[in-house]
Amino acid sequence: MENKLSGFGLDPTGVERRTFLEEGESSLKQSLYSLSLSLSASLYLACFLLLSLKLGFILLLLSIYKMDLDLSAPHSTGTTIIGVTYNGGVVLGADSRTSTGMYVANRASDKITELTDNVYVCRSGSAADTQVISDYVRYFLHQHTIQLGQPATVKVAANLVRLLSYQNKNMLQAGVIVGGWDKYEGGQIYSVPLGGTILRQPFSIGGSGSSYLYGFFDQAWKEDMTHEEAEQLVVKAASLAMARDGASGGVVRTVTINAEGVTRKFYGGDTLPLWHDELEPTNSLLDLLSSSVPEPMST
Amino acid sequence: MGRMTELPTKGGFSFDLCTRNDMLLKNGLQMPPFRKTGTTIVGLVFQDGVVLGADTRATEGPIVADKNFEKIHFMAPNIYCCGAGTAADTEAVTDMVSSQLQLHRYATGRESRVVTALTLLKSHLFSYQGHVSAALVLGGFDVTGPHLHTVYPHGSTDTLPFATMGSGSLAAMSVFESKYREGLTREEGIELVAEAICAGIFNDLGSGSNVDVCVITEGKTEYLRNYQLPNPRTYISSKGYTFVKGQTEVLSTKITSIQPKVEAVEGGDAMEE
Repeated sequence: MENKLSGFGLDPTGVERRTFLEEGESSLKQSLYSLSLSLSASLYLACFLLLSLKLGFILLLLSIYKMDLDLSAPHSTGTTIIGVTYNGGVVLGADSRTSTGMYVANRASDKITELTDNVYVCRSGSAADTQVISDYVRYFLHQHTIQLGQPATVKVAANLVRLLSYQNKNMLQAGVIVGGWDKYEGGQIYSVPLGGTILRQPFSIGGSGSSYLYGFFDQAWKEDMTHEEAEQLVVKAASLAMARDGASGGVVRTVTINAEGVTRKFYGGDTLPLWHDELEPTNSLLDLLSSSVPEPMST
Repeated sequence: MGRMTELPTKGGFSFDLCTRNDMLLKNGLQMPPFRKTGTTIVGLVFQDGVVLGADTRATEGPIVADKNFEKIHFMAPNIYCCGAGTAADTEAVTDMVSSQLQLHRYATGRESRVVTALTLLKSHLFSYQGHVSAALVLGGFDVTGPHLHTVYPHGSTDTLPFATMGSGSLAAMSVFESKYREGLTREEGIELVAEAICAGIFNDLGSGSNVDVCVITEGKTEYLRNYQLPNPRTYISSKGYTFVKGQTEVLSTKITSIQPKVEAVEGGDAMEE
């Protein structure tokens, strides 16, 4: 059977970070990579070798050629993503706009993806990159849960995301927020921005629309909110960002994760508050003039 | 420093030539035009299944290379895929995944599922980092119900109740956004798809000619090739085209006679078991 270990793929082991050596650059970097990841390498390699013959997941173990990669992948989630902790769990929120340049490719996308029953991730950046990372991490976590015999912790999930993100930083454009609940630490939010840092925070914002929220959160955030307060905060923040950021829009989706489980909520356009100078939504100015107009699409 | 693990031989796509091509482009080389499907492709979910639609124009730069090109590709008896982008890429990737699905059907003994095709497509396209220029609308009906997905060249996917792709996607989307609703009947669905494709055909230069429609429901698929022909050839000369001898100037003549006979040899080597 053909061994599909070739082709471009993400490299979670880090062993294969071969860069062409230039004058003066030592091979110390290479050795450090190999050393530091030899432990994880064997586990992952086993998974991949198994995977390679399954449903066409293209595996890694390909050297990363050193080249100037154009990281501006066209199909991206412009996005506003938010994650906040409250007393009892976390609330994750996101807008729903996926843009290709100036065109909105999907106005109702779901950027909050499940990794396990108790851990979800908000995705921003290149849609393809974040979808592939989520798929890989979901697979790893599934295996990990089976081996561990109990639900995975949020820290493990976030670290798996971080490993993929950091070791493939040259090729990926993915900024995510991992949030979930486990019995050891309760509700946790981990931010994994571009580059692959991991940072645990009581709340986190990301995406292009987050620029407009830093001041808002400085003022509005407080420790130990109730679930309702946290949800309202997330929805308000998302709609503020959507009002100002062209690359964010559509509807607001939220996911609440706590000891009881997971709750998904949806806030359509008409339920979101209107901010300064925002007009009431109308279907068409023609509606004001004539009365017989075909029923427009309603969500 | 030696590697920790044994690595198999490297194969796969070598990106070296891509850097060379970029350099050549910077130095002013004109790339030869390749056949693209300018294209309008659409799909929508109606109450009993999915309807896929496509135009039929294939372009090579500014020239129409094929006036009746099939853009709705077979993936499985219950799954079809419309393709936009480079024609060779869409054909190759849909053929490849169709074969993989067939092997998978033999291995599992079950009808193929749309998410299987989706995963195979997205992982292939992601591994080629967008260089396989195939933008697809994948639709089908399996045991879990009707499904419609879009797949982008970089490997991202969306799951939608109605979708459009290609250069005519904006024109087609405008039709869908104003007229789509949940729970369409089969006739309404086909009509809406045809209308959206026509919007692309008439308002987008990269799309044209005819409308192909494919309706997939539980247990039954209907591929309505050339469902509408809104661009008939209006002038056909009644006299036909005749080319009289003497119209073409003869520059030189050379006559070579055919060999007069062929020798047939009796009783050659006897055939052996």
